[in-house]
Amino acid sequence: MTELASAPPAGKRRLPYKVMIEPRLKEPPRWYPPLVSFGAILVALILGGVVISLAGGDPIRSYLHIARASFGNSGVISDTLVKATPLILVGLACAVAFRMRLWNIGAEGQFFMGALGASTVVLVPLLPAEASPWLFIPTMMAAGMLFGAFWGFIPGFLKARFNVNEIITTLMLNYIAVAFVNFFIFAVWSEGGFQMSPMFPRTAWLPRLTDYARQVPFFGGLTTHLGMLLGLIAAVVVWFILYRSRWGYEIRLIGDNPKAARYAGLNISRNIVLVMMFSGALAGLAGMSEITGVVHRLQGAISPGYGFTGIIIAWLAKLNPFAVVLVSVLFGALILAGREIQPSGVPKMIQGIILVCLIASDFFLRYQVRLVRQGVEV
Amino acid sequence: MDPVIILQAGVASGTVLLFATIGELFAERSGVLNLGVEGMMLIGAMSAFSVAVATGNPWLGVLVAMLAAGLISQIHAFIVITLQGDQVVSGLSLTFLAAGISVVLGEGLSKAGTVSLIPTFTIPILSQIPIIGPIFFQSHSVMVYVGYLLIPLSWYYLNMTRPGMHLKAVGEHPAAADTLGINVYRMRYFYVFVGGLLAGLAGATISLAISPGWFSELTTAGQGWIAVGLVIFAQWDPLRAAVGAYAFGALRRLILDIQGPNILLGLANPFFYNPYLGFFLQMLPYAFTIIVLVLGSREAMRKRLGAPAALGLPYIRGERGL
Amino acid sequence: MLRIVKTFPGVLANDHVDFDLRMGEIHALLGENGAGKSTLMNVLAGLYRPESGTILINGKPVSLHSPNDAIKAGIGMVHQHFMLVPSLTVTENILLGLDKPVFRLRLNEYHRIMGELGERYGLRVDPRAKIWQLSVGEQQRVEILKMLYRGVQVLIMDEPTAVLAPTEIESLFETLRAMVAQGKSIIFISHKLQEVMAIANRVTVMRKGKVTASGIPTVETDREALACQMVGREVLFRLDKKPCDPGDVVLSVEEVHAENDKGLPALRGVSLHVRSGEIVGLAGVAGNGQRELADVITGLRPSANGQVLLNGETVSNKTPLFGIRRGLAHIPEDRTHVGSSPNLSVTDNVIMKKYRQAPISHGILLDMAAATEFAKELKEAYDIIVPDVETPVRLLSGGNLQRVILAREISGQPAFMVAMQPTRGLDVGAIEGVHRLLLAQRSAGAAILLVSEELEELLSLSDRVYVIYEGRIMGEIRDGSIETIGLMMTGTTLDEIKKQAETRQER
Repeated sequence: MTELASAPPAGKRRLPYKVMIEPRLKEPPRWYPPLVSFGAILVALILGGVVISLAGGDPIRSYLHIARASFGNSGVISDTLVKATPLILVGLACAVAFRMRLWNIGAEGQFFMGALGASTVVLVPLLPAEASPWLFIPTMMAAGMLFGAFWGFIPGFLKARFNVNEIITTLMLNYIAVAFVNFFIFAVWSEGGFQMSPMFPRTAWLPRLTDYARQVPFFGGLTTHLGMLLGLIAAVVVWFILYRSRWGYEIRLIGDNPKAARYAGLNISRNIVLVMMFSGALAGLAGMSEITGVVHRLQGAISPGYGFTGIIIAWLAKLNPFAVVLVSVLFGALILAGREIQPSGVPKMIQGIILVCLIASDFFLRYQVRLVRQGVEV
Repeated sequence: MDPVIILQAGVASGTVLLFATIGELFAERSGVLNLGVEGMMLIGAMSAFSVAVATGNPWLGVLVAMLAAGLISQIHAFIVITLQGDQVVSGLSLTFLAAGISVVLGEGLSKAGTVSLIPTFTIPILSQIPIIGPIFFQSHSVMVYVGYLLIPLSWYYLNMTRPGMHLKAVGEHPAAADTLGINVYRMRYFYVFVGGLLAGLAGATISLAISPGWFSELTTAGQGWIAVGLVIFAQWDPLRAAVGAYAFGALRRLILDIQGPNILLGLANPFFYNPYLGFFLQMLPYAFTIIVLVLGSREAMRKRLGAPAALGLPYIRGERGL
Repeated sequence: MLRIVKTFPGVLANDHVDFDLRMGEIHALLGENGAGKSTLMNVLAGLYRPESGTILINGKPVSLHSPNDAIKAGIGMVHQHFMLVPSLTVTENILLGLDKPVFRLRLNEYHRIMGELGERYGLRVDPRAKIWQLSVGEQQRVEILKMLYRGVQVLIMDEPTAVLAPTEIESLFETLRAMVAQGKSIIFISHKLQEVMAIANRVTVMRKGKVTASGIPTVETDREALACQMVGREVLFRLDKKPCDPGDVVLSVEEVHAENDKGLPALRGVSLHVRSGEIVGLAGVAGNGQRELADVITGLRPSANGQVLLNGETVSNKTPLFGIRRGLAHIPEDRTHVGSSPNLSVTDNVIMKKYRQAPISHGILLDMAAATEFAKELKEAYDIIVPDVETPVRLLSGGNLQRVILAREISGQPAFMVAMQPTRGLDVGAIEGVHRLLLAQRSAGAAILLVSEELEELLSLSDRVYVIYEGRIMGEIRDGSIETIGLMMTGTTLDEIKKQAETRQER
């Protein structure tokens, strides 16, 4: 036990209470962890407000603006969902890897590679432009996931074989992936010297709600696309794999106690590689979804740091697939509104503050703080 | 494509990596992994630049940069040392946090007026030495010379002094240090702070010397992460860290220069004729970092040496009954 | 030390212990693991604070709040697990934590000083060597030098010979005698009778937290008497055990050699066998190779020579999965760090060995309903006290956790089971339950290798007992007296005991 306020020497004025910090012996009630997380977010928003004021902005107005800009009407809700879609997939990618204590910081690079993979199908071209969407879309999905999985395989293999720190390798691969993709954007597939590829044929677009405006007038102008459905399906799949499959059991066991996993006969090396590939595939799918659902071409600025946001989302969701969906929507709102906010780095900063507060708050889940009356035997 | 120019620029640009790497080296030697280097460098770069713009005094900028980064580092220290949080996640979130704050507070900086940079000068006699002179002693920023001093000083501190010995003990075997009366917690806080100071210095060197200006997150271009990788390559030794840092600095300059001439090594220069190949050149520093890491890990596996044994683990005092 | 009482949560480690040390003597503190000897000395060395009792040095009471206090009072301890920083040199390790030299290390000068110090006490080590380069014996010398440099007069050595080769032991004894000749006093903690008789002037024996023999001069006693004091004459508690009807040999360990984690030989040619329907006990003080043997049998450790056969098939030097698939069950020593996954539920933990087969899984799918059903059945059958089977296992008490592990291992109808310290840290009720389960398995025809530090338990449960000492089997007995087993546990082979008995009979 540690005492925060030590007793002053005898003879001086004594505080009537003493703060004791001791390890928790029992599981806290079920409502406690969400409450702590909520409290952490609240503290984070306050701190963020302070920084905004320091930069000359008005925190209340900024926050209200965010709320209105993301959830004010159906149009912006749809836009929020669009922004949330890649986040869901990347969040799932990070959550899966983190479950096994594999720090996949490379979701950003895997995202880009996935986008590249999907573009390859259209731009090489591997399928003629007149091919049916039923052919295009699954092929692009497969290509995106394949490229992403490959990008995850590299750090996974290096870790399993040489015990190379996956944090740095995945990080470095991010930069390499961006440069690689840029090469294709600027050089190989550039349209008329602009920094983007030609527009994809209509058949290679992910269907959007607005495409059905004739059947359902309400959908007019709503840009939410199939990717959202893919994200939701992926969340279910990930949940299923983690909690209802043999593999998921192995992942959870290795992540919780590698020694016990070894004792139980599990093959840890093989799982490292497989999980990294799975994680990469999900991030790759996110990349595919973003370019075929939103911009319909391969271009440079397709990710405002989705890969890194995914890490925060996964952590905030405590690695639970369904919570990932929820948190992604919230962060989608932040990113959407953040585009117009002055100062412009606010969303990223808030994300960082939230994460720090969350990690600090974990402390309260493991230890309890009590006020004890001085002189009372504990 | 003059080798001397490349090496000279390499030394200059490598100084940034040098500061960051040595700073992280000290933190890791005490057993704390701090992945917030990139973020701390950004804070350093931003504050240095903005203070220099506001006051016209680059030295003040450097000082504020170091203190700001050092302060941020203490958040990480508090979370991982006292609250025993996970060092990896805390470091990553520190980077987000610091990056975010620096972007927010640095809004509009790049459009600010002209700023007085850190002065450069040439060392009189030493710069006359053929080849070595121009590379190391000519027209370099003061920071580069500070870097030269830092290398032997860090080496000496680490290997030849009592506090350095205690530092090594704390990172290798905190229990042994603890039983002999060394305050493990206090030392770790201190060395994380040192890491922060040096990361801030690295950032200030970028924005006030090597690549003057504030370009939001692009200012550091991932050098903070390269520094973390370099620490492993350096096997936690300042001398090897210097070699790595300067080599990378030279590599970055080489990448720029290699696209210039139309003849390279007697053959037509592919990078000249197809400028888009430059993207592959851009990948080189990062690819090299991976290679360096693989080599470093294999070496560590072979020699059964490597990271300070207690790196990444919180120190929890066992049953002492005190 | 007078009437020292030291408790840990749930354990009375030192029960009003008295101990005294005279100047210039080597006083041995003898006892089994858990007897309380290390605890007592940790109190003296300032690492623990006793609940009550006093320590007097030269007649004056002292209060020791930290290792530094103890060192200032002239008491230093050399632990069993060295507190040395591997990457630093000998000199640096000796200087660690001291105020001088103030800043600059002046290594050359200090290398010389340390060299001279070593010469003076016959503890020759190269001061410039790094710790990881030194042999264990040399490292121990550094630990001793560390204390001598700080000017201690009383040196406590905790199981110093546990990690030494026979030649190094002789060398250590010479050193100790030299130190005593220079006026130092030594407390020598050990469980090895031969050595205690060889080196100590007086000996104190502890058992279960109490002193059973205090300060007896070694010339006035012998090994048999000390062995009795160590393990106690107690009525063996016979469980309701059906007569043994062993079948074929299930497990055969043949001349197995293996190293421990430090690279030293831990098993030096161990051979034993276990038949179906019997419990074979392995007696011995902890640290004599039991853990390494269990690891080799279960595939967690390679064996350099020899092999382990399960029903005729080699299982040594294969993966753990190989053995598991062939009906090999393992109850590990470390419940929390190896035997279970703390944050996963009870259900998740009990299916750890079965999850690859039906009904728990069909192909790649995990049937959680079946798993939960299974867990609930086990909860009933093995009396596991939890609110529900989804509770994370880290919240379980030691006894309950052990029941979970037993349930898991036994439910697989194993052909063979190795149980390491299955009742360590459990309360009486839980212990009884474990015993019942083991006996039930025996009746069902399983072959069980039981490793335990509790001799009572071992003797009452086992049909045969092997005794292991320093990686070798000292002998195998069926119904042995406590004395015989005590002697074997401390280094005498069965043959020697028999010979001695014969010679005594002839007289």
